[in-house]
Amino acid sequence: MPKRPPPVIARTLPRVLFIACACLSIAAADEARYAVERKALLADIQRDAAMTADATGRARFSARVMGAMDAVPRHHFVAARYANRAYANRPLPIGHGQTISQPYIVALMSELLEAQADDVILEIGTGSGYQAAVLAELVARVYTIEIVAPLAERATALLAELGYRNIEVKLGDGYYGWPEHGPYDGIIVTAAAGSIPPPLVQQLKPGGHMVIPVGAPLHTQDLILLRKDPRGRVTTTSILPVAFVPLTGER
Amino acid sequence: MTRREAALLSLSIGLLAGGALAYQVLLFRLLAIIQWHPFAAMIISLALLGHGAAGTALAIGGRRLLTRFPVTYATSAMLFAVSIPLCWSGAQRLPFNGLELVWSPAALGWLAGLFVLLALPFFFAACCFGLAFMHARTRIPVLYAADLLGAGLGAALATALLFLLTPDAALRVVPLFGVAAALLLPAPLSVRLALPALAVMLALLIPPAWLAPRITEFKGLPRTLQVMGSTVEAEYSSPYGLLTVVRNDAIPFRHAPGRSLTATIELPPQLAVFTDGDAMTAITDHDGPRETFAYLDETTSALPYHLTAQPRVLVLGAGGGAELLQALYHDAREIHAVELNPMMLALLRARFHAPRVQLHLGDVRGFVRTDQRHYELIQLAPLDSYGGSGAGVLALAESYLYTVEALADFHARLAPGGYLALTHWEKQPPREGLKLFATAVKMLRALGVDPASQLALIRGWQTSTLLIKRGALTPGDIERLRAFCESRGFDPAWFPGILPEEVNLKHRVQRPWLHEGAVALLGSGAGQFLADYKFHIAPATDDRPYFFHFFRWDLLPELIALRGQGGLTLLDTGYLVLVGTLAFAAPLSLLLILVPLTALRRQQAYAARTRSGAYFMALGLAFLFVEVACMQRYGLFVGHPLLATVVVLVAFLVFAGAGSLVATRIQHRARALPWMVVGIVILLLIQAMALPPAPGILASTAGRLGLTLVLIAPLAFLMGMPFPLGLSRLAGEAPAFIPWAWGINGFASVLSALLAALLAVHLGYRVVLLMAAGLYASAAMIWPRRATGASGGANRRDLSVQGPDG
Repeated sequence: MPKRPPPVIARTLPRVLFIACACLSIAAADEARYAVERKALLADIQRDAAMTADATGRARFSARVMGAMDAVPRHHFVAARYANRAYANRPLPIGHGQTISQPYIVALMSELLEAQADDVILEIGTGSGYQAAVLAELVARVYTIEIVAPLAERATALLAELGYRNIEVKLGDGYYGWPEHGPYDGIIVTAAAGSIPPPLVQQLKPGGHMVIPVGAPLHTQDLILLRKDPRGRVTTTSILPVAFVPLTGER
Repeated sequence: MTRREAALLSLSIGLLAGGALAYQVLLFRLLAIIQWHPFAAMIISLALLGHGAAGTALAIGGRRLLTRFPVTYATSAMLFAVSIPLCWSGAQRLPFNGLELVWSPAALGWLAGLFVLLALPFFFAACCFGLAFMHARTRIPVLYAADLLGAGLGAALATALLFLLTPDAALRVVPLFGVAAALLLPAPLSVRLALPALAVMLALLIPPAWLAPRITEFKGLPRTLQVMGSTVEAEYSSPYGLLTVVRNDAIPFRHAPGRSLTATIELPPQLAVFTDGDAMTAITDHDGPRETFAYLDETTSALPYHLTAQPRVLVLGAGGGAELLQALYHDAREIHAVELNPMMLALLRARFHAPRVQLHLGDVRGFVRTDQRHYELIQLAPLDSYGGSGAGVLALAESYLYTVEALADFHARLAPGGYLALTHWEKQPPREGLKLFATAVKMLRALGVDPASQLALIRGWQTSTLLIKRGALTPGDIERLRAFCESRGFDPAWFPGILPEEVNLKHRVQRPWLHEGAVALLGSGAGQFLADYKFHIAPATDDRPYFFHFFRWDLLPELIALRGQGGLTLLDTGYLVLVGTLAFAAPLSLLLILVPLTALRRQQAYAARTRSGAYFMALGLAFLFVEVACMQRYGLFVGHPLLATVVVLVAFLVFAGAGSLVATRIQHRARALPWMVVGIVILLLIQAMALPPAPGILASTAGRLGLTLVLIAPLAFLMGMPFPLGLSRLAGEAPAFIPWAWGINGFASVLSALLAALLAVHLGYRVVLLMAAGLYASAAMIWPRRATGASGGANRRDLSVQGPDG
């Protein structure tokens, strides 16, 4: 019997290759589009930063934080049906009644932590894992705790897939922090319940910053910045991240 | 049409009307569970457009349906029955998320789907009414009376059902009304056999999961249930709301709003209680040693206990009992607590046995007015959820707790030297805190007291507490207040003699807005400050009970410009949702009113169509204006909002139905309408200016309910007449226009409820009543009967059109 290449393969191989190339190029086109949208978003964030300088004390966000915002592919963190809005400057639902914060708020919270490259950060409320990924671009290690099991699983898988080796996700009660890895240079508590857990304040290093967003879902309005001075004394500040002054006229 | 047929048709109409109103009541309850209040109100308003749409449809195609009358009527009644469970089940599967409206108008698309689905049952019911009016033209007042009476009884029945069944289970009962209504008419045997089968199927076979409310995932309850270890321990349903008790032994709730950041004590075990899936309150296990409750001394609301010793305490709105525990912890000598929701009270009763504690069932305002005791401390805790309050979803919920008159009522129950303490969620920039301060200032000024000397305001990172003392704060009080704030990291915002240097030190905010506002409100420029402040913080009154309404139109452009930073979330969604609903419903209604005119013109020339249309529009607007305003005003008078709502609603429908019956006898008298309207206008003026009487007039709730009935009856009786008289006249002059007029009435009712709320926000309920009087007067003038001779002519025509049914 003369040897012939199996006709099925002969016929299908070019098609498969063609489809694969098409998919790849579509994916590449998507990536390129996302990259463009991401740049536009960064410009939006810097503009909002300039407008809110009075409240935040920062006229521009640092190049480090903006670099991290540029490096993290936000479209992987939102639900598929919101992917095309991933780079809109707004919060988005991620299922389970949880949301992914507005990019401007994520950048601002990262900025308020004033984190250095060798810092260790604790996050309570992993959610989609986006904030942890942004922080992971900025610091040495990020530990993050999530209270909703499916979210913790999804974030763990996604962050591994994206190659974040310096993030550790744990399912559990954030109240007691994660003392094994503390004290921390910075802490973000995105899931503050009735009050700010005292163990978290204890696990914050002197000189460290804690950031706590408060408000209704999709309505984050107010950030609480808790500072521990080198002598261990705690002060708190409320930051309204909106350039809005309720009193008219200079008084 | 024989007498028997007419009676059966009336009965059938009554059943359907009862079913439709029961559906409306249950739907509102269900929507309040799955959504937030303003969205629920919006969806139901839009769904009610189904009534009007039926008029439009019948005006266009009604004649063809009329030729096969009993069958088309029975089919429509059957569709009403079938659509109720199916549409509800489908509607709540749509991914509508009201919170996203701020960010993306795309949510509007899902909203449209939602209200169209929920409108279908109303549409089919109203088709039956329209068909019946067209079929039995000479008996319109009787049919209309049956419609109103049935609706009144349906409302009462639905409320009663809500005490026995969960709202989704109660929803299974409603289709039976439709089926019974269809069965009453002569129909083919196949229909007669199929209908009972269908009834059984609807009641029994629909899986409970189809109907069970699917709460939006952003409400507190579903979010809490996502947390590992959460389980629902119990559920209690009543017209006051759905209470869900949640336990979590793995991750404790630790609910202590307003707790100091310096606090370190761990909380005792708690159960979380949600009302309608939100507004969480905690029931704390109170068997532990005393030290475990020290956290109750670490909140801003603990301040008054440092200024009084062993007070007699009144807690307004007991909720889960946190304020009771706080009072027990601080050795209060006697504790009284009022709670409106009987299920919540039962939960508390099972837990609080201390002889010092007395629990009272009732409305806060109603209780305070009849109570004879005096208290050293009256506590009012935040009753809303932080999330709900943050999203502004309460903006248009009437609240009679935070009005100038309410504070005066509470103040009157203070012993000399006693404190009224009001705790609120603290927000940046301040809204509730300043509005409450402004309210207290106005109340004290009205008493002829210098407010500056009797007020103190402190804030933590999460809550602020306002103290109103009966008497001047002493230097000793202020010393203790300073020490309280110092040790807990709270900031004073006002007390007599406060220095600018001592505000905004502990929990820093961008500017000490709360303090600056308090100073301004006490000063001579208070009016200017209120006018300039970017939120509406002028005090709420009983006539305009919208404490949570902070929206100002001049704010809108600024916040739109700041939307990138989330500026729009500073808006109160509630108000904009109302305006948006009206802006959508009004043109849609107008379109659906105008469209059938072309088709009608082909059937019959009628010169007075614009005038008659305006007549029915004015009546529809006016009727609901009066009903809505009376529900609010008598709700406060009776001191039991739910009972009052039901009684006022039933009174309006039943007495208006009686009026409609009597109208049959006088429908041929030309002067009947003008006199009737004069009567209505006079009664409305009396209602607006002199009623309801002071609640103190009768001590018992039953007495006040009875008096409400007596005061509303004559007004409702007269108000029931103009509409059926107009329809009868139309039956004589242009019968093709009957369904059109019926549709206008349907649209007007929807617009009226929305307009009434909007007018009440800006002008108050008294003005709503006065406007209703104006509408009745203009209705009478707009479509006048011609001279007596013409009336006789109309009379003859009435007889001549009786043809098929007479």
